[in-house]
Amino acid sequence: MSQRTVRIAAGQGFWGDWLEAPVRQVRGGPIDYLMMDYLAEVTMSIMQKQKSRDPRAGYARDFVPLMERILPDVVAKGIRVTSNAGGVNPRGCAEAVIEVARRLGLGGKVRVGLVSGDDILGRLDELIAAGHPLADMETGRPLAAVRDHVLSANAYLGMAPIVTALRGGANVVVTGRVTDTGLTLGPIFHEFGWSPEDWDKVAAGTVAGHIIECGAQASGGNLLRGWRGVKGLENPGFPIAEASPDGSFVVTKHPGTGGVVSVASVTEQLVYEMGDPRSYITPDGVADFTTIQLRQAGRDRVRVTGIRGGPRTPMLKVSIAYFYGYKAVGTLVYAWPEAYEKARAADRILRARLADLGLEFEQILTEFVGVDATHGRLSGPPDPGLPEVQLRVGVRARERAPVERFTREIAPLVLTGPPSVTGFAGGRPAVEEVVAYWPALVDRRQIEPFVTVEILEA
Amino acid sequence: MTAKTSRGRKSSGKPGTVPVQLRYLAHARSGDKGNTANVGLIALEPAYYPLLLREVTGARVARHFRGMVSGVDRFELPNLNALNFLLHDALDGGGTISLKTDAQGKVYSTALLRMEIPVPTGLARTLRRS
Repeated sequence: MSQRTVRIAAGQGFWGDWLEAPVRQVRGGPIDYLMMDYLAEVTMSIMQKQKSRDPRAGYARDFVPLMERILPDVVAKGIRVTSNAGGVNPRGCAEAVIEVARRLGLGGKVRVGLVSGDDILGRLDELIAAGHPLADMETGRPLAAVRDHVLSANAYLGMAPIVTALRGGANVVVTGRVTDTGLTLGPIFHEFGWSPEDWDKVAAGTVAGHIIECGAQASGGNLLRGWRGVKGLENPGFPIAEASPDGSFVVTKHPGTGGVVSVASVTEQLVYEMGDPRSYITPDGVADFTTIQLRQAGRDRVRVTGIRGGPRTPMLKVSIAYFYGYKAVGTLVYAWPEAYEKARAADRILRARLADLGLEFEQILTEFVGVDATHGRLSGPPDPGLPEVQLRVGVRARERAPVERFTREIAPLVLTGPPSVTGFAGGRPAVEEVVAYWPALVDRRQIEPFVTVEILEA
Repeated sequence: MTAKTSRGRKSSGKPGTVPVQLRYLAHARSGDKGNTANVGLIALEPAYYPLLLREVTGARVARHFRGMVSGVDRFELPNLNALNFLLHDALDGGGTISLKTDAQGKVYSTALLRMEIPVPTGLARTLRRS
């Protein structure tokens, strides 16, 4: 049975992902859509900070030079791009893409769909006053507790505005906080004209989106099973979802690329960041991951079928970032013999000095890299002949001053502590501002009427 | 080569079984949601899934991670021959607050694969070291 399929290619799995991937997705074979996910939980707050310094900033800056590289191919091949690169300034991002299109001589050929309305920072007080507490989903505390420290607040939007933009003829859709999965669902629903209340189809598209949203993590990157056998990761093929009108899809990648698309690679991605598998909740619906059927259907092709889902919930998730305090991490490397013992002695000395200075921290955490940093006590007793151990001490405080002072206590250990120490060439550790994440829920009726879609012409 | 039982111990606990680390029976990937880490544990062969289902209980995983997590929830995905574990309070505050190297729980996956379960001697002999 040959049916028309729609090929959606993943170009970026996070802000900072491999810059060559979108270029190779566009040039390496036929695709209909390129979707690029840029937003992790705290990315919005970083962008908000950048925007407060420069009102033209506040979006994933990498996106614009990247579009400059791929727009000629995108236009020539009729590929359409969906991305949440807009961050807290989707308008600035969309206008920058328009400018690039004109500079490339693509005037009249590029239409940018601009999705906004997810940003509720300016509406927080109004929402709280109207009886929406925006309580922390983990702790239940009302947002009022940290209201004065809030840096950004964005509701997660689903596929609806993307479908609207595509229907309006956009070939590049730029959004703020649209879900990772919405970037894939939008194109599929637009192409097949499915009803947004066909919950099994919503669930299927959601699963397709979840599989490709982390880029090569579904196609051989970070794959544990048989990792030595994964070849060609110097040129990893990012995943492509090939969707069929019946709701099934195939996960694949371009020929001639490295990595692997297998039941194992797709399964590892499916369980990544999973909660209750029967209810994977997005703004568009609820997918049941216990209904997913996977089958190897050729080399680097996995067919995905059988997905069931349920209706969307009345609430939307809100991603809020607030200023929390300061932290710093200092490291030193101790060499054989007795490397671990020396590192432990240095930690005792450091802690005694911090206490003697009367510095107050919310937390001091010591890890011994090479001994227990990642698996804690499960690592078992260390090999007494360890060639080296890295002492890694982190501190966190609400105030800057104690953290600042801590950063000056690392280097002195080199000449005033245990011997055989090195690895301090990087200098004093940096004091980092801690911006914390506050997940909340809000009635979708408070958000959806404010969502707008504009089409900008190059 | 057959799977090595841990630290050279002979069969312990249940008669007719030997303790085998999960790494010889499953692969895994982990991630985070706030201060909770999740570990998806996937049977290397469909035939191993019933064994994982029976032996890798929420209570045993909680014991494996005692002192590192405050509680464990387990979910079953028989369609993927997988189990999903939520490890609560595993990330020292999680996200940007955490001071841990593994603040996002990326390698809790292999920490779970250190766990040993009793495996029938006959099956244990067939397990390949990978």
